[in-house]
Amino acid sequence: MELNELYREVILDHNRHPRNFGRLDPADALANGHNPLCGDKLTVTLRMDGDAISDLKFDGNGCAISVASASMMSEAVKGRPRAEVDALFDRVHALLTQADAPSDATLFRSDGIGKLAALSGVREFPARVKCASLCWHTLNAALANLQGAAPSPISTE
Amino acid sequence: MSTPYNVAQVRSDFPILSRQINGRRLAYLDSGASTQRPRAVIDAVDYYETQLHSNVHRGVHTLSQLATDAFEAARERVRRYINATSTREIIFVRGTTEAINLIAQVWGGVTLQAGDEIIVSALEHHANLVPWQMACAARGATLRIAPIDADGQLQLDQFLAMLGPRTRMVAMTHVSNVMGSVLPVQAICAAARERGIATLIDGAQAVAHETVDVRALGCDFYAFSSHKLYGPTGIGVLYGREALLEALPPWQGGGDMIRTVSYQSATWNDLPYKFEAGTPHISGAIGLAAAMDYVESLGLKAIAAHEHALLQRATAALLQVPGITLQGTAADKGAVLSFTLAGVHPHDLGTILDHEGVAIRAGHHCAMPLMDLLGVPATARATFGCYNDNEDVDQLVRAVVRAREVFG
Repeated sequence: MELNELYREVILDHNRHPRNFGRLDPADALANGHNPLCGDKLTVTLRMDGDAISDLKFDGNGCAISVASASMMSEAVKGRPRAEVDALFDRVHALLTQADAPSDATLFRSDGIGKLAALSGVREFPARVKCASLCWHTLNAALANLQGAAPSPISTE
Repeated sequence: MSTPYNVAQVRSDFPILSRQINGRRLAYLDSGASTQRPRAVIDAVDYYETQLHSNVHRGVHTLSQLATDAFEAARERVRRYINATSTREIIFVRGTTEAINLIAQVWGGVTLQAGDEIIVSALEHHANLVPWQMACAARGATLRIAPIDADGQLQLDQFLAMLGPRTRMVAMTHVSNVMGSVLPVQAICAAARERGIATLIDGAQAVAHETVDVRALGCDFYAFSSHKLYGPTGIGVLYGREALLEALPPWQGGGDMIRTVSYQSATWNDLPYKFEAGTPHISGAIGLAAAMDYVESLGLKAIAAHEHALLQRATAALLQVPGITLQGTAADKGAVLSFTLAGVHPHDLGTILDHEGVAIRAGHHCAMPLMDLLGVPATARATFGCYNDNEDVDQLVRAVVRAREVFG
């Protein structure tokens, strides 16, 4: 377990220069996420084009893992239909939590979103898994809000 | 003439300090969250478990008497530690949180009326904030927040100006768990008492670091936890002035807190048992007593001087690191050093420091409103105990420098 497996260069880069940072206004859906353990807070706003996410932005305040994860997620899901986003969520969740999940980029390369594999180091730091998954849970909540469910803040605790 | 503080000897009293973390020497700088236990505490609990255990206040058999004697001796030990008048004023509870909840509910329930006011400081831990919010909500009372200055010290004049005809309780921390500020508890309590206002002091961060004399402080209630005083978890103390406790109804009902019970009603036991329903944490109380013996054998003045030297060393060294901001710079400060590092979130700092064997707390420290006030999402916090040494401080500073390197 080495620090550079957690803080890979791509993660540090996305933390320093988060992509799609901000808020869409108007947006088709908004959700707030909160990790009470460390105080990470983020808001995801998105617009839909039919069944696909046409645009997505996030803002908030968090550690490098949570900011980088949200930034990479924002790139990965834009333009994707719901079903693909759901599948991606499952694979990222497995990547973060399952010891035997493929950690190399080949899993994702076929989708053209190889960067997400950079999060594989997080699973060696159990206290940080929630940092990386917060944005995905918040995205799920935003998508659920689209269907008219009552918006409620998402907490990873 | 006292002998010089022998930190190497102290360290050897704490078995856990010899283990490694992530292949590194452990620099345990999280005593503000929970202190480690000396061998004396571990042995006292072990002796109780292997030689004395039975239920207390119940049996005629030998073990029951031995357990009761040890438990009540622990109560007397606590009384002496904080210089209470009587053991009737020493209520064993689960910890600081339970002690404050007990008073907020029981005292609040019989005292608070709609329109009454309770004053806490802006520094409070959630444990000395949320119970009062709940009590105020239940009774239609108002919670008011006494402000702090930029250094993290209570603004005493502004606090005094807040005391009014509807103020019923002043509940404040003795030492801030985030900013380290030592509050002028004597002045706070004197001002409240002059006006007939009750006082509760949250001593969680104080009892292991300075001599606490509840009579000299002049407080009505004082709360603290054993596990921040080198004792076991799950046990703590509520001190209350006897006349006040006597006037309050019980909290929880059950065994031990009663004198007589019929199917329809009950009468209450005397203090302190009126507030101790059910079988208590007997081994915890015995461990706490052993911890108090241990701390006093080192000397609270000697511990405080040692910790102050560590705090100064760490403060000076961290201020040399570019990007460091200290949170909490009060003139009178306990063994707490909160800081932020520009460009590195405290949570990342915590992970990197842990990798270097340095245990600190990173987060909101159960003081979310204070984080908002300071304008930070979280801080990194190093806290010192009797066993920390210069190497712990130096290891901390090296690890912070390393974090800057990782984040480039």
